[in-house]
Amino acid sequence: MAVSSVKISPETQRLELLLLLEAIYQKYGYDFRQYSMAHIKRRIDHRLALSGLPSISHLQHAVLYDPVMLLNVLHDLSINVSEMFRDPGFFLALRQEVLPRLSTYPFFKIWVAGCAAGQEAYSTAILLHENGLYDRARIHATDFNPHSLEQARQGNYPLTTIKEYTINYQKSGGLNSFADYYTACDQHGTMRPFLQEQMVFAEHNLVTDGVFGEMQLILCRNVLIYFNKELQNRVVGLFKDSLCPGGFLCLGAKESLKFSVHADAFEVVQEKERIYRKKRITQA
Amino acid sequence: MKHGPFQAIVMGASAGGLEVLRTILQGLPATLPVPILIVQHISPDSDSYLPTLLGKHTELRVKEAEDKETLSAGVVYVAPPNYHLLVEADQSLALCAGSKVNFSRPAIDVLFESAAEVFVSGLVGVILTGANHDGARGLARIKAVGGLCIVQDPQSAQVSAMPLAALAASIVDYVRPAEKIAPLLNHLLL
Repeated sequence: MAVSSVKISPETQRLELLLLLEAIYQKYGYDFRQYSMAHIKRRIDHRLALSGLPSISHLQHAVLYDPVMLLNVLHDLSINVSEMFRDPGFFLALRQEVLPRLSTYPFFKIWVAGCAAGQEAYSTAILLHENGLYDRARIHATDFNPHSLEQARQGNYPLTTIKEYTINYQKSGGLNSFADYYTACDQHGTMRPFLQEQMVFAEHNLVTDGVFGEMQLILCRNVLIYFNKELQNRVVGLFKDSLCPGGFLCLGAKESLKFSVHADAFEVVQEKERIYRKKRITQA
Repeated sequence: MKHGPFQAIVMGASAGGLEVLRTILQGLPATLPVPILIVQHISPDSDSYLPTLLGKHTELRVKEAEDKETLSAGVVYVAPPNYHLLVEADQSLALCAGSKVNFSRPAIDVLFESAAEVFVSGLVGVILTGANHDGARGLARIKAVGGLCIVQDPQSAQVSAMPLAALAASIVDYVRPAEKIAPLLNHLLL
Protein backbone atom coordinates (compact mmCIF):
# COMPACT_ATOMS: atom_id res chain seq x y z
CA MET A 1 0.00 0.00 0.00
CA ALA A 2 1.29 3.48 -0.79
CA VAL A 3 2.56 5.24 2.30
CA SER A 4 0.29 8.19 1.83
CA SER A 5 -2.85 6.49 0.61
CA VAL A 6 -4.32 6.56 4.11
CA LYS A 7 -3.92 10.32 4.35
CA ILE A 8 -4.99 11.32 0.84
CA SER A 9 -8.77 11.13 0.46
CA PRO A 10 -10.25 8.85 -2.20
CA GLU A 11 -11.78 11.90 -3.96
CA THR A 12 -8.38 13.56 -4.27
CA GLN A 13 -6.90 10.33 -5.56
CA ARG A 14 -9.62 10.06 -8.19
CA LEU A 15 -8.76 13.56 -9.36
CA GLU A 16 -5.05 12.72 -9.46
CA LEU A 17 -5.82 9.62 -11.49
CA LEU A 18 -7.81 11.59 -14.08
CA LEU A 19 -4.96 14.10 -14.36
CA LEU A 20 -2.40 11.31 -14.80
CA LEU A 21 -4.41 9.72 -17.62
CA GLU A 22 -4.89 13.13 -19.26
CA ALA A 23 -1.13 13.77 -19.04
CA ILE A 24 -0.31 10.39 -20.62
CA TYR A 25 -2.79 11.06 -23.42
CA GLN A 26 -1.64 14.64 -24.08
CA LYS A 27 2.04 13.79 -24.08
CA TYR A 28 2.16 10.27 -25.56
CA GLY A 29 -1.20 9.67 -27.28
CA TYR A 30 -2.10 6.53 -25.29
CA ASP A 31 -5.70 7.02 -24.23
CA PHE A 32 -6.83 5.26 -21.05
CA ARG A 33 -9.42 7.89 -20.14
CA GLN A 34 -12.36 5.59 -20.94
CA TYR A 35 -11.01 2.55 -19.13
CA SER A 36 -12.61 1.12 -15.99
CA MET A 37 -11.27 3.40 -13.27
CA ALA A 38 -11.45 0.70 -10.58
CA HIS A 39 -9.07 -1.40 -12.69
CA ILE A 40 -6.74 1.52 -13.47
CA LYS A 41 -6.65 2.56 -9.82
CA ARG A 42 -5.62 -0.91 -8.77
CA ARG A 43 -2.81 -1.09 -11.32
CA ILE A 44 -1.55 2.39 -10.47
CA ASP A 45 -1.60 1.58 -6.72
CA HIS A 46 0.55 -1.42 -7.58
CA ARG A 47 3.03 0.83 -9.43
CA LEU A 48 3.11 3.31 -6.51
CA ALA A 49 3.89 0.50 -4.09
CA LEU A 50 6.70 -0.82 -6.33
CA SER A 51 8.26 2.57 -7.02
CA GLY A 52 7.92 3.99 -3.50
CA LEU A 53 6.44 7.22 -4.86
CA PRO A 54 4.20 8.96 -2.30
CA SER A 55 1.29 9.93 -4.56
CA ILE A 56 -0.22 9.64 -8.03
CA SER A 57 0.82 13.26 -8.67
CA HIS A 58 4.44 12.25 -8.11
CA LEU A 59 3.93 9.38 -10.53
CA GLN A 60 2.54 11.82 -13.09
CA HIS A 61 5.71 13.88 -12.82
CA ALA A 62 7.84 10.77 -13.24
CA VAL A 63 5.85 9.58 -16.28
CA LEU A 64 6.23 12.96 -17.99
CA TYR A 65 9.99 13.13 -17.49
CA ASP A 66 11.16 9.50 -17.37
CA PRO A 67 10.58 7.29 -20.43
CA VAL A 68 11.26 4.16 -18.37
CA MET A 69 8.43 5.04 -16.00
CA LEU A 70 6.12 5.51 -18.98
CA LEU A 71 6.97 1.98 -20.18
CA ASN A 72 6.30 0.64 -16.69
CA VAL A 73 2.91 2.31 -16.54
CA LEU A 74 2.00 1.16 -20.07
CA HIS A 75 2.86 -2.34 -18.98
CA ASP A 76 0.72 -1.96 -15.84
CA LEU A 77 -2.26 -0.71 -17.82
CA SER A 78 -1.98 -3.36 -20.52
CA ILE A 79 -4.13 -6.39 -20.12
CA ASN A 80 -1.27 -8.81 -19.81
CA VAL A 81 -2.72 -11.86 -18.25
CA SER A 82 -4.04 -14.51 -20.52
CA GLU A 83 -3.83 -18.27 -20.70
CA MET A 84 -3.84 -20.65 -23.60
CA PHE A 85 -7.23 -22.29 -24.07
CA ARG A 86 -8.67 -20.11 -21.30
CA ASP A 87 -12.29 -21.33 -20.84
CA PRO A 88 -11.88 -24.76 -22.46
CA GLY A 89 -15.63 -24.88 -23.14
CA PHE A 90 -15.27 -21.87 -25.41
CA PHE A 91 -12.60 -23.54 -27.54
CA LEU A 92 -14.71 -26.66 -27.77
CA ALA A 93 -17.57 -24.51 -29.10
CA LEU A 94 -15.21 -22.73 -31.50
CA ARG A 95 -14.08 -26.13 -32.80
CA GLN A 96 -17.63 -27.43 -33.20
CA GLU A 97 -19.68 -24.37 -34.18
CA VAL A 98 -17.37 -21.95 -35.94
CA LEU A 99 -14.65 -23.96 -37.71
CA PRO A 100 -17.08 -25.90 -39.93
CA ARG A 101 -18.38 -22.56 -41.24
CA LEU A 102 -14.89 -21.10 -41.69
CA SER A 103 -13.94 -24.18 -43.68
CA THR A 104 -16.33 -23.08 -46.43
CA TYR A 105 -13.99 -20.15 -47.28
CA PRO A 106 -11.01 -20.79 -49.58
CA PHE A 107 -9.08 -18.29 -47.44
CA PHE A 108 -10.07 -16.51 -44.24
CA LYS A 109 -8.77 -13.85 -41.86
CA ILE A 110 -8.88 -13.91 -38.08
CA TRP A 111 -8.25 -10.93 -35.81
CA VAL A 112 -7.10 -11.53 -32.24
CA ALA A 113 -7.69 -8.03 -30.86
CA GLY A 114 -5.74 -7.20 -27.70
CA CYS A 115 -3.54 -10.27 -28.03
CA ALA A 116 -1.26 -9.48 -25.04
CA ALA A 117 1.59 -12.05 -24.99
CA GLY A 118 0.00 -14.11 -27.75
CA GLN A 119 -1.64 -16.98 -25.88
CA GLU A 120 -5.00 -16.63 -27.61
CA ALA A 121 -3.37 -16.37 -31.06
CA TYR A 122 -1.35 -19.56 -30.53
CA SER A 123 -4.40 -21.38 -29.16
CA THR A 124 -6.31 -20.43 -32.30
CA ALA A 125 -3.44 -21.52 -34.56
CA ILE A 126 -3.32 -24.92 -32.82
CA LEU A 127 -7.06 -25.34 -33.21
CA LEU A 128 -6.89 -24.54 -36.93
CA HIS A 129 -3.89 -26.81 -37.43
CA GLU A 130 -5.72 -29.75 -35.85
CA ASN A 131 -8.66 -29.20 -38.15
CA GLY A 132 -6.56 -28.94 -41.29
CA LEU A 133 -7.44 -25.28 -41.79
CA TYR A 134 -4.31 -23.39 -40.80
CA ASP A 135 -2.92 -23.19 -44.36
CA ARG A 136 -5.97 -21.24 -45.42
CA ALA A 137 -5.91 -18.80 -42.51
CA ARG A 138 -4.21 -15.54 -41.67
CA ILE A 139 -4.18 -14.55 -37.99
CA HIS A 140 -3.76 -10.85 -37.24
CA ALA A 141 -2.61 -10.57 -33.62
CA THR A 142 -2.71 -6.94 -32.46
CA ASP A 143 -2.04 -5.04 -29.27
CA PHE A 144 -1.34 -1.39 -28.46
CA ASN A 145 1.68 -2.34 -26.37
CA PRO A 146 4.86 -3.02 -28.43
CA HIS A 147 6.38 -4.87 -25.48
CA SER A 148 3.46 -7.33 -25.38
CA LEU A 149 3.75 -7.85 -29.14
CA GLU A 150 7.44 -8.66 -28.77
CA GLN A 151 6.55 -11.29 -26.16
CA ALA A 152 3.90 -12.67 -28.49
CA ARG A 153 6.44 -12.89 -31.31
CA GLN A 154 8.85 -14.79 -29.09
CA GLY A 155 6.12 -17.21 -28.01
CA ASN A 156 8.12 -18.11 -24.94
CA TYR A 157 6.28 -19.10 -21.77
CA PRO A 158 7.41 -20.41 -18.37
CA LEU A 159 6.97 -24.18 -18.04
CA THR A 160 4.88 -23.65 -14.89
CA THR A 161 2.22 -21.84 -16.93
CA ILE A 162 2.60 -24.32 -19.81
CA LYS A 163 1.43 -26.95 -17.33
CA GLU A 164 -1.84 -25.01 -16.90
CA TYR A 165 -2.13 -24.54 -20.67
CA THR A 166 -1.77 -28.30 -21.13
CA ILE A 167 -4.68 -29.02 -18.78
CA ASN A 168 -6.82 -26.41 -20.55
CA TYR A 169 -5.86 -27.84 -23.95
CA GLN A 170 -6.93 -31.33 -22.94
CA LYS A 171 -10.24 -30.08 -21.54
CA SER A 172 -10.95 -28.15 -24.73
CA GLY A 173 -10.98 -31.32 -26.82
CA GLY A 174 -7.37 -31.13 -28.06
CA LEU A 175 -6.58 -33.95 -30.49
CA ASN A 176 -2.84 -34.34 -29.90
CA SER A 177 -0.39 -33.92 -27.07
CA PHE A 178 0.21 -30.28 -26.14
CA ALA A 179 3.93 -31.08 -25.95
CA ASP A 180 3.85 -31.38 -29.77
CA TYR A 181 3.46 -27.60 -29.95
CA TYR A 182 6.45 -26.34 -27.98
CA THR A 183 10.08 -27.13 -27.34
CA ALA A 184 11.19 -27.00 -23.72
CA CYS A 185 14.47 -25.37 -22.77
CA ASP A 186 15.69 -23.92 -19.50
CA GLN A 187 12.36 -23.73 -17.65
CA HIS A 188 10.65 -22.25 -20.70
CA GLY A 189 8.60 -23.63 -23.52
CA THR A 190 8.90 -21.96 -26.94
CA MET A 191 6.02 -22.39 -29.32
CA ARG A 192 7.07 -24.23 -32.48
CA PRO A 193 7.77 -21.93 -35.45
CA PHE A 194 5.18 -23.47 -37.79
CA LEU A 195 2.47 -22.00 -35.54
CA GLN A 196 3.65 -18.52 -36.55
CA GLU A 197 3.61 -19.18 -40.28
CA GLN A 198 0.22 -17.58 -40.85
CA MET A 199 0.48 -15.07 -38.02
CA VAL A 200 0.97 -11.32 -38.43
CA PHE A 201 1.76 -9.19 -35.37
CA ALA A 202 0.90 -5.50 -35.51
CA GLU A 203 0.42 -2.53 -33.23
CA HIS A 204 -3.21 -1.52 -33.12
CA ASN A 205 -4.97 0.52 -30.46
CA LEU A 206 -8.67 -0.28 -30.08
CA VAL A 207 -9.27 3.15 -28.54
CA THR A 208 -7.81 5.25 -31.34
CA ASP A 209 -7.23 3.11 -34.45
CA GLY A 210 -9.69 1.95 -37.13
CA VAL A 211 -10.56 -0.90 -39.46
CA PHE A 212 -7.59 -2.52 -41.25
CA GLY A 213 -9.15 -5.40 -43.14
CA GLU A 214 -12.21 -7.59 -43.60
CA MET A 215 -12.30 -10.42 -41.09
CA GLN A 216 -14.19 -13.72 -40.94
CA LEU A 217 -13.58 -14.16 -37.20
CA ILE A 218 -12.66 -11.75 -34.41
CA LEU A 219 -11.56 -12.91 -30.96
CA CYS A 220 -11.53 -10.24 -28.28
CA ARG A 221 -12.00 -11.94 -24.95
CA ASN A 222 -11.65 -10.24 -21.59
CA VAL A 223 -10.68 -6.91 -23.06
CA LEU A 224 -14.02 -5.08 -23.18
CA ILE A 225 -14.54 -5.49 -19.42
CA TYR A 226 -11.70 -2.99 -18.93
CA PHE A 227 -13.53 -0.31 -20.94
CA ASN A 228 -16.44 1.93 -19.97
CA LYS A 229 -19.75 1.65 -21.86
CA GLU A 230 -18.97 4.39 -24.41
CA LEU A 231 -15.65 2.83 -25.32
CA GLN A 232 -17.22 -0.64 -25.43
CA ASN A 233 -19.73 0.69 -27.95
CA ARG A 234 -16.97 2.21 -30.06
CA VAL A 235 -14.96 -1.01 -30.10
CA VAL A 236 -17.94 -3.26 -30.88
CA GLY A 237 -18.76 -0.82 -33.71
CA LEU A 238 -15.21 -1.24 -34.99
CA PHE A 239 -15.63 -5.03 -34.92
CA LYS A 240 -18.95 -4.75 -36.74
CA ASP A 241 -17.32 -2.67 -39.47
CA SER A 242 -14.39 -5.11 -39.69
CA LEU A 243 -16.44 -8.30 -40.04
CA CYS A 244 -17.70 -9.67 -43.31
CA PRO A 245 -21.45 -10.45 -43.40
CA GLY A 246 -21.83 -13.69 -41.43
CA GLY A 247 -18.45 -13.15 -39.71
CA PHE A 248 -18.02 -14.32 -36.12
CA LEU A 249 -17.28 -12.31 -32.97
CA CYS A 250 -16.15 -14.01 -29.76
CA LEU A 251 -16.16 -12.19 -26.41
CA GLY A 252 -15.10 -13.19 -22.88
CA ALA A 253 -17.28 -15.32 -20.61
CA LYS A 254 -18.59 -12.26 -18.72
CA GLU A 255 -18.91 -9.91 -21.68
CA SER A 256 -22.08 -9.62 -23.69
CA LEU A 257 -23.53 -7.75 -26.64
CA LYS A 258 -26.86 -7.55 -24.80
CA PHE A 259 -26.54 -3.88 -23.86
CA SER A 260 -24.45 -2.72 -26.80
CA VAL A 261 -25.88 -0.11 -29.18
CA HIS A 262 -24.76 -2.50 -31.94
CA ALA A 263 -26.64 -5.54 -30.56
CA ASP A 264 -29.07 -5.51 -33.51
CA ALA A 265 -26.27 -6.00 -36.01
CA PHE A 266 -25.44 -9.42 -34.54
CA GLU A 267 -27.17 -12.74 -33.95
CA VAL A 268 -26.33 -15.16 -31.16
CA VAL A 269 -24.52 -18.37 -32.11
CA GLN A 270 -23.93 -19.52 -28.53
CA GLU A 271 -24.80 -17.16 -25.68
CA LYS A 272 -23.11 -19.26 -23.00
CA GLU A 273 -19.73 -19.11 -24.76
CA ARG A 274 -20.35 -15.56 -26.04
CA ILE A 275 -20.12 -16.41 -29.72
CA TYR A 276 -21.94 -13.99 -32.04
CA ARG A 277 -22.30 -13.56 -35.76
CA LYS A 278 -22.74 -10.43 -37.82
CA LYS A 279 -26.11 -10.50 -39.58
CA ARG A 280 -25.98 -10.71 -43.34
CA ILE A 281 -28.28 -7.74 -43.85
CA THR A 282 -27.67 -4.81 -41.54
CA GLN A 283 -28.91 -1.29 -41.54
CA ALA A 284 -26.41 1.25 -42.77
CA MET B 1 -14.23 7.03 14.76
CA LYS B 2 -17.90 7.34 13.84
CA HIS B 3 -19.10 4.92 11.19
CA GLY B 4 -21.79 5.14 8.61
CA PRO B 5 -24.39 5.75 7.47
CA PHE B 6 -23.71 2.33 6.01
CA GLN B 7 -23.97 1.95 2.24
CA ALA B 8 -22.68 -1.55 1.56
CA ILE B 9 -21.44 -4.81 3.07
CA VAL B 10 -18.54 -6.83 1.65
CA MET B 11 -17.88 -10.40 2.76
CA GLY B 12 -14.99 -12.73 2.07
CA ALA B 13 -14.84 -16.47 2.68
CA SER B 14 -12.79 -19.46 1.61
CA ALA B 15 -12.73 -23.05 2.88
CA GLY B 16 -15.95 -23.76 4.78
CA GLY B 17 -17.51 -20.51 3.58
CA LEU B 18 -20.63 -21.82 1.94
CA GLU B 19 -22.29 -22.93 5.15
CA VAL B 20 -21.39 -19.75 7.04
CA LEU B 21 -22.60 -17.52 4.22
CA ARG B 22 -25.91 -19.39 4.14
CA THR B 23 -26.30 -18.95 7.90
CA ILE B 24 -25.67 -15.21 7.63
CA LEU B 25 -27.87 -14.57 4.58
CA GLN B 26 -30.68 -16.58 6.17
CA GLY B 27 -30.72 -14.15 9.07
CA LEU B 28 -31.07 -10.99 6.97
CA PRO B 29 -34.42 -9.51 5.85
CA ALA B 30 -35.48 -8.58 2.29
CA THR B 31 -35.68 -4.99 3.55
CA LEU B 32 -31.92 -4.80 4.10
CA PRO B 33 -31.12 -1.20 3.13
CA VAL B 34 -27.75 -1.94 1.50
CA PRO B 35 -26.26 -4.31 -1.11
CA ILE B 36 -23.98 -7.20 -0.11
CA LEU B 37 -20.94 -8.14 -2.21
CA ILE B 38 -19.37 -11.55 -1.69
CA VAL B 39 -16.11 -13.17 -2.68
CA GLN B 40 -16.08 -16.88 -1.95
CA HIS B 41 -12.96 -18.65 -3.23
CA ILE B 42 -14.00 -21.13 -5.88
CA SER B 43 -12.43 -23.27 -8.60
CA PRO B 44 -11.94 -21.30 -11.84
CA ASP B 45 -13.70 -24.01 -13.85
CA SER B 46 -16.78 -24.31 -11.70
CA ASP B 47 -20.14 -23.36 -13.12
CA SER B 48 -21.83 -20.38 -11.59
CA TYR B 49 -23.77 -22.46 -9.09
CA LEU B 50 -22.91 -20.41 -6.01
CA PRO B 51 -25.68 -17.76 -6.32
CA THR B 52 -28.30 -20.51 -6.66
CA LEU B 53 -27.01 -22.36 -3.62
CA LEU B 54 -26.79 -19.22 -1.52
CA GLY B 55 -30.18 -17.98 -2.67
CA LYS B 56 -32.12 -21.01 -1.49
CA HIS B 57 -32.56 -20.05 2.15
CA THR B 58 -32.72 -16.28 2.20
CA GLU B 59 -35.27 -13.56 1.53
CA LEU B 60 -32.58 -11.57 -0.25
CA ARG B 61 -32.13 -11.78 -4.00
CA VAL B 62 -28.81 -13.48 -4.75
CA LYS B 63 -27.18 -13.16 -8.16
CA GLU B 64 -23.85 -13.41 -9.90
CA ALA B 65 -22.15 -10.04 -10.18
CA GLU B 66 -22.15 -8.69 -13.75
CA ASP B 67 -19.77 -6.21 -15.30
CA LYS B 68 -21.10 -2.58 -15.30
CA GLU B 69 -24.15 -3.51 -13.20
CA THR B 70 -25.41 -0.87 -10.76
CA LEU B 71 -25.75 -1.91 -7.10
CA SER B 72 -29.20 -2.12 -5.51
CA ALA B 73 -30.14 -2.40 -1.84
CA GLY B 74 -31.27 -5.83 -0.67
CA VAL B 75 -29.40 -7.66 -3.43
CA VAL B 76 -26.48 -10.03 -2.88
CA TYR B 77 -23.80 -9.97 -5.60
CA VAL B 78 -21.45 -12.96 -5.82
CA ALA B 79 -18.13 -12.72 -7.67
CA PRO B 80 -18.06 -15.15 -10.64
CA PRO B 81 -15.41 -17.90 -10.88
CA ASN B 82 -12.09 -16.80 -12.43
CA TYR B 83 -12.77 -13.02 -12.23
CA HIS B 84 -11.93 -10.38 -9.66
CA LEU B 85 -14.83 -8.18 -8.55
CA LEU B 86 -14.32 -4.43 -8.06
CA VAL B 87 -16.54 -1.40 -7.38
CA GLU B 88 -16.43 1.78 -9.48
CA ALA B 89 -16.84 5.28 -8.05
CA ASP B 90 -20.40 5.47 -9.45
CA GLN B 91 -21.23 2.30 -7.43
CA SER B 92 -21.39 0.06 -10.46
CA LEU B 93 -19.52 -3.24 -10.57
CA ALA B 94 -16.44 -4.12 -12.60
CA LEU B 95 -15.00 -7.54 -13.37
CA CYS B 96 -11.33 -8.08 -14.09
CA ALA B 97 -9.45 -11.09 -15.44
CA GLY B 98 -6.06 -9.91 -14.13
CA SER B 99 -3.48 -11.93 -12.21
CA LYS B 100 -4.44 -13.98 -9.22
CA VAL B 101 -3.98 -12.25 -5.88
CA ASN B 102 -3.08 -14.46 -2.89
CA PHE B 103 -3.32 -17.38 -5.36
CA SER B 104 -7.00 -16.52 -5.78
CA ARG B 105 -9.26 -15.12 -8.49
CA PRO B 106 -11.63 -13.80 -7.31
CA ALA B 107 -9.59 -12.41 -4.40
CA ILE B 108 -11.09 -10.89 -1.27
CA ASP B 109 -8.40 -8.20 -1.05
CA VAL B 110 -9.26 -6.90 -4.52
CA LEU B 111 -12.96 -6.45 -3.66
CA PHE B 112 -12.34 -5.01 -0.20
CA GLU B 113 -9.70 -2.49 -1.32
CA SER B 114 -11.75 -1.17 -4.22
CA ALA B 115 -14.97 -1.01 -2.16
CA ALA B 116 -13.09 0.86 0.59
CA GLU B 117 -12.15 3.60 -1.91
CA VAL B 118 -15.79 4.06 -2.89
CA PHE B 119 -17.76 3.65 0.34
CA VAL B 120 -15.08 4.74 2.86
CA SER B 121 -16.70 4.95 6.32
CA GLY B 122 -19.98 3.66 4.87
CA LEU B 123 -18.58 0.18 4.35
CA VAL B 124 -18.87 -2.93 6.52
CA GLY B 125 -16.25 -5.63 5.87
CA VAL B 126 -16.72 -9.21 7.07
CA ILE B 127 -14.01 -11.90 7.03
CA LEU B 128 -15.14 -15.50 7.49
CA THR B 129 -13.65 -18.98 7.61
CA GLY B 130 -10.76 -19.86 5.30
CA ALA B 131 -7.35 -21.43 4.97
CA ASN B 132 -5.18 -18.56 3.72
CA HIS B 133 -4.62 -14.88 4.49
CA ASP B 134 -6.64 -13.33 1.66
CA GLY B 135 -8.77 -10.45 2.94
CA ALA B 136 -6.43 -9.37 5.73
CA ARG B 137 -5.00 -6.50 3.67
CA GLY B 138 -8.40 -5.49 2.37
CA LEU B 139 -9.91 -5.43 5.84
CA ALA B 140 -7.04 -3.26 7.06
CA ARG B 141 -7.78 -0.87 4.19
CA ILE B 142 -11.46 -0.70 5.20
CA LYS B 143 -10.37 0.09 8.74
CA ALA B 144 -7.95 2.77 7.51
CA VAL B 145 -10.67 4.66 5.63
CA GLY B 146 -13.03 4.52 8.61
CA GLY B 147 -15.21 1.54 7.73
CA LEU B 148 -16.45 -1.10 10.15
CA CYS B 149 -14.74 -4.48 10.46
CA ILE B 150 -16.22 -7.79 11.56
CA VAL B 151 -14.34 -11.09 11.77
CA GLN B 152 -15.79 -14.52 12.39
CA ASP B 153 -14.60 -15.86 15.76
CA PRO B 154 -11.68 -18.14 14.81
CA GLN B 155 -12.82 -20.65 17.43
CA SER B 156 -16.16 -21.04 15.68
CA ALA B 157 -14.70 -21.07 12.16
CA GLN B 158 -14.31 -24.34 10.32
CA VAL B 159 -10.86 -23.15 9.24
CA SER B 160 -9.37 -20.44 11.43
CA ALA B 161 -6.39 -19.20 9.36
CA MET B 162 -8.22 -16.45 7.48
CA PRO B 163 -9.97 -14.94 10.55
CA LEU B 164 -6.67 -15.11 12.47
CA ALA B 165 -4.79 -13.35 9.66
CA ALA B 166 -7.47 -10.63 9.55
CA LEU B 167 -7.31 -10.16 13.32
CA ALA B 168 -3.53 -9.87 13.14
CA ALA B 169 -3.69 -7.25 10.39
CA SER B 170 -6.17 -4.77 11.84
CA ILE B 171 -7.99 -3.74 14.97
CA VAL B 172 -11.44 -5.08 14.24
CA ASP B 173 -14.69 -3.79 15.68
CA TYR B 174 -16.45 -7.09 16.30
CA VAL B 175 -15.45 -10.76 16.58
CA ARG B 176 -18.51 -13.02 16.44
CA PRO B 177 -19.41 -16.66 15.85
CA ALA B 178 -21.21 -17.30 12.55
CA GLU B 179 -24.75 -17.36 14.00
CA LYS B 180 -24.26 -13.97 15.72
CA ILE B 181 -23.14 -12.11 12.59
CA ALA B 182 -26.58 -11.61 10.99
CA PRO B 183 -28.11 -10.30 14.26
CA LEU B 184 -25.17 -7.90 14.57
CA LEU B 185 -25.64 -6.64 10.98
CA ASN B 186 -29.36 -6.19 11.60
CA HIS B 187 -28.59 -4.22 14.74
CA LEU B 188 -26.10 -1.99 12.91
CA LEU B 189 -28.17 -1.41 9.77
CA LEU B 190 -31.86 -1.50 10.62
